[in-house]
This record gives sequence, structure tokens and C-alpha cells, in this order.
Amino acid sequence: MTQSIVVQVGQCGNQVGCRFWDLALREHAHVNQVGVYDEALSSFFRNVDQRGADSSGDKITALKARAVLVDMEEGVLGEILQGPLRSLFSSTQLISDVSGSGNNWAVGHHTYGLAYREQIVDQVRKAAEHCDCLQCFFLIHSMGGGTGSGLGTFVLKLLEDEFPEVYRIVTSVYPTAEDDVITSPYNSVLAMKELTEHADCVLPVDNQSLVDIVGKIQHMSNTGKPGCTIKKDCTIISGQGGVVKVEKPFDAMNNIVANLLLNITSSARFEGSLNMDLNEIAMNLVPFPRLHYLLSSLTPLYTLADVSVPPRRLDQMFSDAFSKEHQLIRADPKHNLYLACALMLRGNVQLSDLRRNIERLRPTLPFVPWNQEGWKTSLCSVPPVCHSHSLLALANNTCVKSTFFELKERFVKLYRRKAHLHHYLAVDGMELAGFNEALSSISALIEEYTHLESPLMPNAPRLTIAT
Amino acid sequence: MSVVSLQLGQCGNQIGQELFSVICDDSNGPNRKKYKQCSDERFFYETSTGELVARSVLVDMEPKVISQVVVNASKSGRWRYGDKACFSQKQGSGNNWANGFCVHGPRHEEAVENLVRREIERCDRLAGIFTMMSVAGGTGSGVGTYITQRLRDLYPNSFILNQVTWPYGAGEVIVQNYNSVLTLSHLYQLSDAILVHENDTVHKICSRLMNIKHISISDVNKVIAHQLASVLQPAYTADSPSHYCTNPIGELMSTLVCHPEYKLLSLCNIPQMSSTSLAYSVFHWPGLLKHLRQMLIASARMEEGIDWTVSAPSAVTSRGESATNSRHKNFNLSLANLLILRGKDVSTAVIDGFKDPALYVPWLNTENSFSTWSSPVAFNGYEKSATLVSNNQSLLKPLNNIVRKAWNMFASRAYVHQYTKFGISEEDFLDSFTALEQIISSYTHL
Repeated sequence: MTQSIVVQVGQCGNQVGCRFWDLALREHAHVNQVGVYDEALSSFFRNVDQRGADSSGDKITALKARAVLVDMEEGVLGEILQGPLRSLFSSTQLISDVSGSGNNWAVGHHTYGLAYREQIVDQVRKAAEHCDCLQCFFLIHSMGGGTGSGLGTFVLKLLEDEFPEVYRIVTSVYPTAEDDVITSPYNSVLAMKELTEHADCVLPVDNQSLVDIVGKIQHMSNTGKPGCTIKKDCTIISGQGGVVKVEKPFDAMNNIVANLLLNITSSARFEGSLNMDLNEIAMNLVPFPRLHYLLSSLTPLYTLADVSVPPRRLDQMFSDAFSKEHQLIRADPKHNLYLACALMLRGNVQLSDLRRNIERLRPTLPFVPWNQEGWKTSLCSVPPVCHSHSLLALANNTCVKSTFFELKERFVKLYRRKAHLHHYLAVDGMELAGFNEALSSISALIEEYTHLESPLMPNAPRLTIAT
Repeated sequence: MSVVSLQLGQCGNQIGQELFSVICDDSNGPNRKKYKQCSDERFFYETSTGELVARSVLVDMEPKVISQVVVNASKSGRWRYGDKACFSQKQGSGNNWANGFCVHGPRHEEAVENLVRREIERCDRLAGIFTMMSVAGGTGSGVGTYITQRLRDLYPNSFILNQVTWPYGAGEVIVQNYNSVLTLSHLYQLSDAILVHENDTVHKICSRLMNIKHISISDVNKVIAHQLASVLQPAYTADSPSHYCTNPIGELMSTLVCHPEYKLLSLCNIPQMSSTSLAYSVFHWPGLLKHLRQMLIASARMEEGIDWTVSAPSAVTSRGESATNSRHKNFNLSLANLLILRGKDVSTAVIDGFKDPALYVPWLNTENSFSTWSSPVAFNGYEKSATLVSNNQSLLKPLNNIVRKAWNMFASRAYVHQYTKFGISEEDFLDSFTALEQIISSYTHL
């Protein structure tokens, strides 16, 4: 069994991270009724004894998260240290400063990067030493701010340098056009360059999509139509049953992202008839090294309370996974090209259901010609809490280029006027060239995606044997 | 003589466990003391406490599957796996053939070789090594190929039979075609024979013949295990008509693999139906054999949807005349066939239909192309059961599809960086493609 370490950077990263730990505990408690420290738990948690050393026994004594929490201002981390999850983290795992990054990527990346490099490397190394077999780093951050975006991508580069063999899966929350941070386009594009070059896989998440999903669920629970009542607290946005009792404002949206991470790692943690490990995600979904941005969709969003509703929900679940309402970023995959697609099923789903639905959906989805049947599938027997089965669809689709294109447009609008640039250039280590490089990086990325859509040469002639 | 099995990767391990289960269940049927004795000796050894332990080595790069398989085996109460017969690591091969072949294989070769040697030394006489793996993933395919290579070097005089499972055409793993091409091209040089199962075919058997509504992986594996057991369980051959053949794998090889250029074997087994239907069905040898013969020449792998319009060409008038012109376009030419009949009144079965020289390539003697094994013991609950192991053209189409898809993907160089990262270069890919085109060409121009 392998272990993963979560590195959460910045306010958004830490808030999402908190929801992740809460829901992870809830999931494991649900599965592991006996209180034994099993392999599944060890993927994200350590079992420690009185003195804080790794406990050798079977029973759970105290759990510590395999995590490093970084933020350059004290608010969020302070809350964690005082909240119900505090026992999960020892104080050394939290790295913080006082004044924050002021929504300035350069401050996060260059100033704090330099200042905290040693400390961060130290903490990560310590966490890695506690792992038998470290497979993956999960980095959670936002793109629009200063710390998550700047320091987060600095940490990414650091992880690549220090641990080149360990996969880096990054969950990035992208800002919407109406974002209240004016410089978010700068921060995002500067961060994009780092993500393209140093991450193995990126799962972009859009705040607007999260808001839409929350809205949809709340609409469903409020409409009161017969047969439509949602089972209370059995939605993808609910944190009920977790350790944290008090619900905070962004929790509903953050729970969705936390569920995404839980579902991605489910097959690696729990048993199933067709397993999919984390290294298989990168292997199957990344055909060209820089094109590693994956579109994710989660279903079901909720479980209906009315049990007499006929159980043909399974096929519906597959269809939903490819509908725009369940995607975590706003994009239009069906009008673009799929390069690859992975279906990760949890719970009581049989092979025949899976095959039938793949057959059914295949003609409706445009795949790139050299990967006409490009599906990766996995079946994990343990369902998520409150659902009997669930599906996570991860797709590498050229539709992400439109998201990046919009981002680039917003960047250029500001950059043309040199607006707010002086804040960045005032920082030691940040130069105008950095902006130009970031701009050309994102342009090249968009170009690469577009190029794949152009009609390729017809089937390449096969090798012939001289008879 | 005993068979040592090697279960590789998730697929190999799952199939292996089902195979031993079927063998054990079959051997424990009524009225078959000598059969059971022979089968037990072939596949199991007895501990001091009288328990049956499988002669099998389990290899996987991550631990979850092996632990599940070992637990399932012990649940039966009749047999189990050896305590020290398993080798697993913590992190899988990530569906990457290069990772399996270039990294994990060499890293762990000694440990695995020791385990295999222990099993081999435990046998009085070794009939052969039987490996089970899939070609789509990373461990079964990559590590499996590497281990086969090592075993070939270490045991040059032993028979190695590789059972491989080909994935669903409509994708289980995106890079499955690359992994398949790399595996098959290497295995062809190393193995004595490659026995192929296709997930698509077995799935159809489950849905249409066995009427299983919700097919699970376990159902698919049970069908594969049933087919394999029908070949490997004790039987009388032409050479040893009164006691069970002691060299099953050797006999199989010498019958079916007459030329090193042609090593692909396929399996047909009838009847296959759900246990509820079985209770109401009666079988007759003439009917079964007629169906089986038509399945052979029409390349049907299951007993439904057989194309009865395909017929064997009329007898060749002179030895020099080529039969290709009179052949139906879908006619499946065989190099060699092995018919295994099990069950009641097996001596009354008339097998002349399979001796027709029109079924076989003209440059081989028919006496050498066809043989029969039989056993009067009813197999796995079927009163009569017939299996055909065949070296013929029927695998051409699926193989061609795999190569075509892999070549298209390779033309755009997609995913190639994942392989070069671990040591497989574009040259290696081209070599593998060439090898497979050669195999396809050989079988096409039979």
C-alpha cells in the first residue's frame, strides 16, 4: 500500500484541505468499524502513540494526518489549530507567517519562497520519512491569490527537485471572471506556467461551477416535489457526520473538491475487482507531457430519499457524468475532442453495467482519431458515505483550452496597460521577462491543444513485411 | 508429473485462484478416485496436516489483489495457497509495460526466481510452467514478460505455456494496445505456446449463453477457469490410453506447435450454460462435435451466432493445387487441432469430421495435425463436454485490430514519453511492431 502526502497552501488550499481531512475521517470511520489501523487508513494517516512516534500496534491510538499546511497569514491556520481537527496535526506541520502575500504572486513565489524554503523542505521530508512507500503529493491551492498561487507553485517546483520520482497531482481552484481580486489574472497565468512545467496532473476547479452545483442541490432540496426529496445530509456538499460540527460559509463548495480527492484515491486505498492506482492516472490520461489538465465530474450529487424510485439510476449516473452540470469547471467537452477518459466507479456496480454504458456513450463523445476507444476503467468495491455507488469521470479534453484562453484574455487586458505591474516588479526576483514567459507558456499550451484538433493524416500506413 | 503455475498481476492472480477452485471442485466430484489422485498430484502438494496447497507462485507489484485472492482460496476449505508463495511490492506498475519490464522485473527477479525454484524442486517431475497474465496492464504484461524471459534462461528444457488475456476492444486501459504489442512481440520469442483468451468473447459467453444479468469480473474469470481446467485436468491420450497422460503440457505443445513461427492457440469449449439450464439439457456427441467443427471453420468462439454458410473447401484433387481459390472467404484454416472430450460414452464419439484434410494447411500431414484426448469422467458438472485447442487463423482479426490501433496511436507519438521515461525507446516500439506484422503475415498467408 502506498502513502500520499497532502500539501495545502494558502487560504483556499487550507480550507479545502480541512474539509478533505474531515470527510476522509468520516469515510474511514464508516468503513472501518473496528478501530483497527489498516492499510487504507495508512495512505493518509499515521498512527502515533503517546510520544508521537509511529505506533506499532494494530489498534488506532491517535491519528496524525500526512500533511504540510502552509499559509503566510495566521487566520486560517490559527482556526485549524483551535478547531476540532487540531489533534490531526502536530504544530510543526503548520508553516505560517504574519502578513500574507497581498494577493501578489511574486511575493508568494519569490519572497516567501526564498524565506521558507528550508522549513518547507524539512517538513515535507519529515512527512516522507514516515511513509513506507510514498507515491504521490496532493497539492491544493488557488490560482488567483498570492500565497496559494505563488508560494504554492514554488512548493511544486521544490517537490519536483527534492522528490522527482513521486507524482504530483495538483488541485487548483481557478478564479472566475467576476473574481474580486483584480490581479487574479496575473497570478493565475504566472502560476499556470509552473503548473504546466512541474506538475504531473492538474485538476482544475472553477468556483462558478461549484456555486452552480451547490445551487442545484439546494434547489432540489427546497422544491418539495414528490419523489424528489433528497435524503438529508446525503449530498456531495454535506459534511454531516464529520468531526467538525459547525458549518462555515464556503464549506459546501469545498466539500465537493474534498469529495473529488477522496474518489480519486478510493481505488488506491480500498479493494476492488479492477484496481486503479494513482500512477495509472498519469499514465493513462496524459498522452503528451504538458497536456495534463483533467476535467473532472462527480455523480451522483445526492441520493433521493424516496426508496421506491426505480433503480435505473445507474445508467443515469453515467449520462450525468458527461453532462455539464456535474463538471467541476465550466467547459464544453462534447464540442471538443476527448484525448482520453477515465471512469472510476465506487460501490455496487458490476462489470456488465460498465461495459453497457461505455458502449452506449461512446458514439456520443468525440474522441481523437488515434484514441478512439480510449477508456480507462476502475471498480472499487467500497462506496462513498451515504451513496450506494458513485462515479468520477476524469477526462483529458481539448475544451480546457477555452478556459485558458479566457484567462489569457483577462491577463492581456491588464498587461497591455501595465496595470498593477509595479507591485510585482518591486519584488526582488520578479522581472518583466517572467510575465512574457508566462504569457508565451499559456499561449503555447493553447496552441498544442488546438493542434490536436486539426484533422490528422489518415491512418498511417502499416509496416509491410517483404514476402 | 506436476505443473507449476505462475500468477502475474491482478488478472493473472484472479484467474489463477478461480482455476484452482474449478480444478478442486471438479476433482471432488463423484466416482473419480484415480482422476482426483492424478489431478491433485499435478496441481497441489499435501502438507503434513493433509492440506492441499497449490503449486503456484503469486506475483504482483501491489498487495491488495494477492491478499484478497489468498483469502478467497482459504475460504473453500479444500485447498489454499502456500504461506510463502506470494511476492508483492507496495506500488504497482501503473499500467506501464516499460515500468514492469525495465524496472520492476530486474529489481525483483531474484526473489521471484527463488519462489519458482522452490515450487519446481518440490515437484517429483516437472510437466511444465504455466503462467497466467493479462496483456493490457503493467505488471502482468511487463513483469510477466521479464519473468518469462528469466525462466526461459534458467530452465531451457522445460515447457513454458503462457496463458494471456486480451482486453475488451472498447478499452479498459488506454495504453492497452501498446502494452499488448510489446508483450506479444517479446513472448513470441520466449514462450513455447501462447494460449489466448479475449475478454470480449468471454463476456459474450456470460451474457448470451450463461444468461448472467449482471456480469462481474468474477463471472468472466470463472468461465476462463472452466475452459483452462478442461484442458489441464487429467485425460487419456493416444499414446497412453489406459493411464492418465503424464506429460500434458509437452503433449499439447508437440501436437499444436509444429513450427516456431506459429504459436498462437485459441480455446473453444462447449457446452457452456447456466446451471439452471444445465439441469434441463441433454447432450449428444454427434451434435456437440458438429457444432464444434463449425465453430472451428467459421471462427466462432461460442455456441451461438455460428455462421453455417462457411464450409470447408472440397477435397484437393492433386497435391500441387492450392486450395486457396476454393476457400470461403471467412473460412478458418488450421495448422493443428487438439480435441479433448470428457464425459459419458466418450468412446462412442465420432471425430472423423475433424480429420478432413481440407481443414488444415496442405504442407502438414493430417496425422500430425489432429489428435484427441479423452476422459470418461464428467467435467465440472457437465455430463458431456468438448474442448478444442486450436492453432489457427481465428486470432488474426483481433490481433490485427490491436496492432492497427497501437500503430495509429504510435503515429502521433501519444503516451510514448511515458515509456521512454523507463527505458523503452521508439526503436523498441518499432521492433515490436515489426515482429507482430511478421506474425500477422505468417498466419494470413497460411
